[in-house]
Amino acid sequence: MEPGMKIEISFILNGSEVKVSVHSHHRLIDVLREQLGQTGTKEGCGEGECGACTVIIDGLAVNSCLYPALEVEGKSVTTIEGLQGPKNELSVIQQAFVEQGAIQCGFCTPGMIMSAKALLDSTSDPSEEDIRDALLGNLCRCTGYVQIVEAVKKAAAQLKGKQ
Amino acid sequence: MTDFHHIGKKTSRPDGPDKAAGKAHYIHDLQRPGMLYGKIKFSDHPHARIKHIDTSKAKRLAGVRAVITANNTPEIRIGFLRDNFALKKDKVRQYRDEVAAVAAINLEIAKEAVELIQVEYEPLPGVFCPHEAMKGGSPLIHETDAQGRPRTDNMVPLKFHHESGDLEAGKRAAKYSVEGEFSTPMVQQCCMGTAGCIAEFDMNNNLTIWAKTQIPFLAQRDFNRALSDMGLPDKNARVIVPTLGGGFGSGLDTHAYEYIAILLAFQTGCPVKIVYTRDEEFANLSPRQSSTTKIIQGCDRNGKLTFREVEVLQDNGAYTSWGATYPSVMMMPATSLYRVSNVYFNARLVYTNNTYCQAMRGYGNPEHTWALESNMDELAQEAGIDPFEFRMLNRNESDETTPMGLKVSTCGLKECLETVARKLDWKKKRAKDKRTGKGMASLIHVGGGARIYRSDASGLILKLDDFGNVNVYHGGVEMGQGLHSVLSLAVAEALGVRPEKVLINPTDTGTCPWDVGTHASRGAFMACNTAILAANKLRSQIFELAEELFPKEVEKNLKKFIKKNPGYTPPDFNVPKASKRERFELRDGFVFIKDGPQEPWLRIELGRLLRAIHFRSQGQMLTTEVFYDPPNELPDFERGFGNISSTYAYGAQGAEVEVDTETGEVKILRMVAAHDVGRVLDPQALKGQIYGALAQGVGYALYEKLESQQGKILNHNFRDYKIPTVQEMNFPIDLEFIETNDSYGPFGAKGVAEPGLVPTAPAIANAIYDAVGVRIRDLPITPEKILAALKQLKQTK
Repeated sequence: MEPGMKIEISFILNGSEVKVSVHSHHRLIDVLREQLGQTGTKEGCGEGECGACTVIIDGLAVNSCLYPALEVEGKSVTTIEGLQGPKNELSVIQQAFVEQGAIQCGFCTPGMIMSAKALLDSTSDPSEEDIRDALLGNLCRCTGYVQIVEAVKKAAAQLKGKQ
Repeated sequence: MTDFHHIGKKTSRPDGPDKAAGKAHYIHDLQRPGMLYGKIKFSDHPHARIKHIDTSKAKRLAGVRAVITANNTPEIRIGFLRDNFALKKDKVRQYRDEVAAVAAINLEIAKEAVELIQVEYEPLPGVFCPHEAMKGGSPLIHETDAQGRPRTDNMVPLKFHHESGDLEAGKRAAKYSVEGEFSTPMVQQCCMGTAGCIAEFDMNNNLTIWAKTQIPFLAQRDFNRALSDMGLPDKNARVIVPTLGGGFGSGLDTHAYEYIAILLAFQTGCPVKIVYTRDEEFANLSPRQSSTTKIIQGCDRNGKLTFREVEVLQDNGAYTSWGATYPSVMMMPATSLYRVSNVYFNARLVYTNNTYCQAMRGYGNPEHTWALESNMDELAQEAGIDPFEFRMLNRNESDETTPMGLKVSTCGLKECLETVARKLDWKKKRAKDKRTGKGMASLIHVGGGARIYRSDASGLILKLDDFGNVNVYHGGVEMGQGLHSVLSLAVAEALGVRPEKVLINPTDTGTCPWDVGTHASRGAFMACNTAILAANKLRSQIFELAEELFPKEVEKNLKKFIKKNPGYTPPDFNVPKASKRERFELRDGFVFIKDGPQEPWLRIELGRLLRAIHFRSQGQMLTTEVFYDPPNELPDFERGFGNISSTYAYGAQGAEVEVDTETGEVKILRMVAAHDVGRVLDPQALKGQIYGALAQGVGYALYEKLESQQGKILNHNFRDYKIPTVQEMNFPIDLEFIETNDSYGPFGAKGVAEPGLVPTAPAIANAIYDAVGVRIRDLPITPEKILAALKQLKQTK
């Protein structure tokens, strides 16, 4: 590929197909935030250390700041914007974060919620250790994580009850 | 006044849903039409003369709109001592000095352009140790002061001193005394959302700046001064605060990057955005200042403290920001934590070629309490008294005046200490072979504002609309701590409406009344006090107007009610006669007569009454404004005297730890935190404040240090700078709130934002000593330091 050349890729974003032209050095977070205006995904460090940019690709929580945009071709991406239900409704996990006081400045929140979602999509009855493992890559400076872990526990119980 | 409807009840913060949905807009998310991206060229040396800056290549790069240096822009001095500059002209004094900046159509081009700027330096010898910097013959960081007068040494011209009682007499009265030197490192605030701004001029040359700030109104003053320096003397800076990705003190001063964005925006005529990357944030934002504290305390044979002597030395870095005034807060615990009548406190600050520092949560108090509370345990041991009993013996009480002149209205220290001891099973004998130990530490902090400026005030506007909504305009900053949550509860409680009818508007100097800034744990204390005053004014207005309008609305109501309920006989009650201002009540958004019959038609919805007030001849819209300056004093810091806050928050924390003597690793088994909060206003937000602060205290105690070598920050990412993760915070935290119901506090409450991290490090250090018998005096307490101390302990045994 010649430098400066753009390649068109298509992928599923929150259930709908999107087509974008990207450079080889573009990261998924650039495509989401700058090309598609999906600013719910946050960039906290750009080095895969803080987890604020976490999205779910084909069921796995990944740091979108490290993920080359080209590689998303044909895959299914879920961002925080994809969690919201019809009529402006929050999902169970989002609602649990609100109710448990798991949110302060909120900058880490979308990433935290995406990591929690990836866990709860694959594990219906997570132990506290499972929850802590799932959130290990998500830094928060405000909360000390106490109410975040409580929120994920609450969401897990609610989702289990819905099954 | 304990029968609250909203205060103290579990509630969810109003900004929670947007933040959970990714819909809150931080500076990173904001765009303006035609916006350019700014990027800064930082120094390559810690101390050097700037000989030449070549910007020609950068200027030629396609997409670049402006390249600025100190040579083609007006001089803008910044900082409260005016010793810093937006762009550096003759000399750089630290690695992060701003020598040039560009604005380009996108960030990639801006980055490329910055790399094309070539700067020729003449390196100068640097000085990086405050002890070295104080010596004669040390390189001078500043050759002149802000007025151009020559300087002969590196001492920062600020005095913080206190002497009370008779120190020598106190020493003579002491049977036991212990001396120690304690130090704390530079640590970074680590807001998850990095710093940034957007600056934009209109065609009248007024500026709008979206800034990540905690001091919108002092920032307005600073920016207006900069506009004047730019030849725009009567122009105004409007500061708008977007959603903040954390603050923790990082937004307490204005920053060079903001002035650079302003200069670039003026030069280009376009909005300019500058946002720091994480790497830039670590390397170029002012962290918490480091400190060295020498402390000696003594007590008599009964364990009563007889004196305390403290000498503090702080590395100021190359310029002066609020880090330099930490001693103003340090002298509070130094003079006033525990009863001690003979006190000496002195602090010195020295310029070096290290990064300059500013505010961070606790503002000198964690630094000082670290030394004081570690030393208290050492003294307790020397005197052969249990550390808990020793603290109880010397504890503060309500209604006392301390040597600094702090008027302690209420003090829950006794209850806090007892709670920690009880919950930590303090009296239970420790199993020494298990390498576990328990420790505790206390704190005092400002809880009723903090006058460090000529005004400690805050304003609030409540604007009622036709629908019974209460629009709130307040100058305080929501940075995640829950200010808007607690403010909406306070307005709802004090006015008598549902919290969801309270709508808090964005903080904007163009619409909100003045506030000194959100710092010193004053946010909730100030906001809620203003809310009560404003609500009382509004209630008086509403009830006065209701005397005429309430009976009319009730009459309409009654007609409808009878139509719906044929045969209904209303109670014999003269509504017009009962409609007296003092007999009205407003609750849950309905006005009614408090001693009247509680019939449904006798309740008028607030919105309806407001419409009746509005839509009549000579109609009115109800808006009220208050300005509250708390009853406290601007201390004389050179003499160390003055009642800085109108009330004080106390607390105690305890830790149980396990130390691995093979690896030196510390595992926290559990923590207890008991805080005198005056009154619990918003339980969920309050818990969040203490949990979060305590986590920062754990980081301070065990993990965090901004490593600097010859002035260069080495660990500028989260790989090398470790903040606690969900794994480090994997231990139970038992919180208890002591309600002392302070008369100055709104609904009895005190400020609580900072206390949670103040005693954490010494509580952990004291537990480590209890576990394995080593006393670490230098934060953070790393495994290496513990192993070295254990080795030394073995050798001396």
